[in-house]
Amino acid sequence: MIDLTTPLGDEVLDLRAGDRVTLSGTIYTARDEAHLRMIAEGIPFDPKGAVVYHCGPVVQGGRLVVAGPTTSARMNTLTGFLIDAGVRALIGKGGMGAGVVEQLRGRAVYLALTGGCAALAAARMDLKGVYFEDLGMAEAVWVIEADHLPLTVGIDAHGGDLFCAVREKAKTQFYQRFNI
Amino acid sequence: MMVNSADTGLPGALADATERALAEAEIRLPPDVLAALRRAAAAERDEIARCELANILENIALAEEREVPICQDTGVPVVYLTLPPDIPYTHSLIEGVREGVRRATATIPLRPNVVDPLTRKNTGDNTGVGMPAVHVTPGDRLTITVLPKGAGSENASRIGMLLPSQAADIPKFVAETMLIAGGRPCPPVILGVGIGGTFDGVAALAKEALLLPVDTMDDYEQELCDATNALGIGPMGLGGDTTALAVKVKRADCHTASLPVAVNVQCWACRRATVEVER
Repeated sequence: MIDLTTPLGDEVLDLRAGDRVTLSGTIYTARDEAHLRMIAEGIPFDPKGAVVYHCGPVVQGGRLVVAGPTTSARMNTLTGFLIDAGVRALIGKGGMGAGVVEQLRGRAVYLALTGGCAALAAARMDLKGVYFEDLGMAEAVWVIEADHLPLTVGIDAHGGDLFCAVREKAKTQFYQRFNI
Repeated sequence: MMVNSADTGLPGALADATERALAEAEIRLPPDVLAALRRAAAAERDEIARCELANILENIALAEEREVPICQDTGVPVVYLTLPPDIPYTHSLIEGVREGVRRATATIPLRPNVVDPLTRKNTGDNTGVGMPAVHVTPGDRLTITVLPKGAGSENASRIGMLLPSQAADIPKFVAETMLIAGGRPCPPVILGVGIGGTFDGVAALAKEALLLPVDTMDDYEQELCDATNALGIGPMGLGGDTTALAVKVKRADCHTASLPVAVNVQCWACRRATVEVER
């Protein structure tokens, strides 16, 4: 198990797809609408070494109630500008497209958090602030302090993509079983 | 669980029952689903998959301990009512259900997920045009069953209008659904499979199949489950033995020239609860 702390730097380049890591420090939530807003108006936080979390939490009275990851693939075509600006890690579920794998190469990683584990995630998080609150609870950019989030490196900075490897194996199994 | 209709009248009691059923479903998984997850965790051979399943089991325990929803995608409520012969199916009954959903959204709390399909404007309270979907069947008692449905798994669901000669291709259609979906619907999944009926009816059958207990499967369901697990997609698409916890099938007769098949994908958080309204 490798322990990471934000802001992240070149240590992410040492990670390999399939490594188990924990992450502590500041992370920023962003879903579809927040990405579109940042593309139009700019990134409201310092992106150098930052971590973006694909998440639309449930927030009540300034407290995170639950905050699990959302499907990252929806952000496939909206991610490049974040990596260009210096973001070093994305957290989400389900993996991302081949275009993002290339954008991450030599610069950043994709970390998988177990989908649906919203209570577990919230138990390791404190809410610190918010940008773009007018986008609504699910779509706003929430500033979160994380404490040892348990993650798996899904896509590393060298083109290694665990999701893709699993998918290719599944295809082979499928074709064999059904004689295609 | 029961609520009493003596003080509030039927719509009021149905609102109470809806709120209570949603709270139960969102916070605690049914015992059959929990047992299936524990069995899968014990049998899983892949190291990453074992960690993922351990996270899931820890999350379930934490949600119950903190009395918070299991997942932040608290879904859209799908509602099944059984009505005894002396209770007519009226607008005020449906309004009772809607009031229960609005209250549950504020009290549990639930994430407001219901939006206009084109403008994407959020209604703010998880009700809207045609939301929640309410399905009514005749019964002996007045009960409400809720099945909060998240979007990640719903989006991976499929309908196929197969040819009558393609019955042997159903396992392929089911496995292919997960091949296309990969890790997106938060596996390990439960697959509700509808076979027969009509284009619209088969989707309803597939969703109703998710209400069946997952701790038993007949031989055909086991065959579909084995075909899915052979893919090796594993928890969250990171690889492993556990892609599907169970496959459940519901059938209806169909046109001699048709073979409708639907697969309703459900993430591991197969949330459901039933409350009876006492009269």
